Amino acid sequence: MKLLKWITLILVVLAVSLPFSGQATDLDLPDVVILDKLVNLYESAEFDHEYHTEITDDCTICHHHTVGMPATDENCSRCHNTEIVPEKIACSNCHSVEPFSARYLSEKEAENNVYHIDKPGLKAAYHLNCLNCHFEMEGPTGCEDCHERTDKGNAFYRSGKYAPKGVEGGSTH
Amino acid sequence: MDKISRRKFLSVSLAGAAAGAISVSGQAFGAGDFKGYPEGMGVLVDLTRCIGCRTCEAACNEEQGLPEPAKPFDDMSVFDEVHHGGQKRRTDENAYTVVNRYEQENGEPVYRKFQCNHCNEPACLTSCFVNAYTKTKEGAVIYNSKVCVGCRMCMTACPFYVPAYAYSSATNPVIRKCIFCYDTKLKNGEPPACVNACPQEALLFGHRKNLVKIAHERIRANPDRYVDHVYGETEAGGTSWMYLSGVPFEDVNFDMSLQKEPILANAQDFLGMVPMVLSIWPALFLGFNRLSTLGGEDEKKDSGPSENEGVQK
Repeated sequence: MKLLKWITLILVVLAVSLPFSGQATDLDLPDVVILDKLVNLYESAEFDHEYHTEITDDCTICHHHTVGMPATDENCSRCHNTEIVPEKIACSNCHSVEPFSARYLSEKEAENNVYHIDKPGLKAAYHLNCLNCHFEMEGPTGCEDCHERTDKGNAFYRSGKYAPKGVEGGSTH
Repeated sequence: MDKISRRKFLSVSLAGAAAGAISVSGQAFGAGDFKGYPEGMGVLVDLTRCIGCRTCEAACNEEQGLPEPAKPFDDMSVFDEVHHGGQKRRTDENAYTVVNRYEQENGEPVYRKFQCNHCNEPACLTSCFVNAYTKTKEGAVIYNSKVCVGCRMCMTACPFYVPAYAYSSATNPVIRKCIFCYDTKLKNGEPPACVNACPQEALLFGHRKNLVKIAHERIRANPDRYVDHVYGETEAGGTSWMYLSGVPFEDVNFDMSLQKEPILANAQDFLGMVPMVLSIWPALFLGFNRLSTLGGEDEKKDSGPSENEGVQK
């Protein structure tokens, strides 16, 4: 009976601890992130963060040098080679929702920061970072593979129920 | 004809020379001196980022109130269309910008957005004799349909073949081209609709001077990714819309034989001589004429023989 208790105890401990053995750090990593700051023509995108942490062990691929790992790109590692974890890790903390507003442009130019002067806005940061890898690793690359189009989006693209009805002629040469 | 006095000869030739010098000194600016207004905006088009989604075309259509297209903007079969003489799609009266696909040898297509490049010294502007075009200080080259007479010289002058004519209208045909969303956006300091719409920021909006720096910085940081040339930095006197490419520019239908001077330079030297010619040549040739007919005897000897025969001198 005592042996059975010990076996049970060991099994319970294993059952509770094994699922968490995959976690490399003790940070509170989100499993799913809803990307909804840019909802307009498309609905929000449901990003499976946990899956992506599993298929790559290098956080800097997406998070550059902002999660405590030194940067791997030599253009960045010239300056960012220490392991500091900043408070803000989300993409939208550094990549602006409106990168072309007059205010943002004048701030950018006043900063005169050579290496960050080409920092893309949030929409571009998502697409450039994600799609580059998806094209290479054969992940989803279609627009609606990641986010559904809204009704406003369909009207914008003249698609779906807003598609032109067999418009022929005109002066398009 | 009386003898011309030395004093008179000298005064006439001096006056002619002075007139010529004044007209020549009026030419303070040559073509190519204008590098754009200091606060001029521009757009850097990075062809390595464009994925051919055509969202920019849809945004332009919405912003400019253009009519319904023939096909939806997410229909990619437009890339297979072939027009006059084997051409790909062009801008026309209903589309101020188009994206075309160019197949490359390695199988990966390159997409290129085509629209007015908003040159620093536009050929359309300099060819227009009714001043229908204006280069605004924000950098846009805009068009005033109210003064346009429909001569279409601008279409001939543009080295990029951008301005399109509204042939479909018999009573009020106008030129149609990208206006950098000047009326609705650029005037207020906002970027054009296509720039906001692009999901990959293949279109980067900013001051033209900074965009040139950013373009070269991108080439420096990623030498394997880009061809070492910023198209539009110097072509045709410099354009506000500039391009970076990962494949040779001629493979994406860019004209690499364009001159560095603005198109105006081809005509300016010749045309600039006209005021000088009109003021100097009459005085000069009058002087020659007077010189060659010095003294009455010479004139009488040159005239016809029969009538003056026998006239006493």
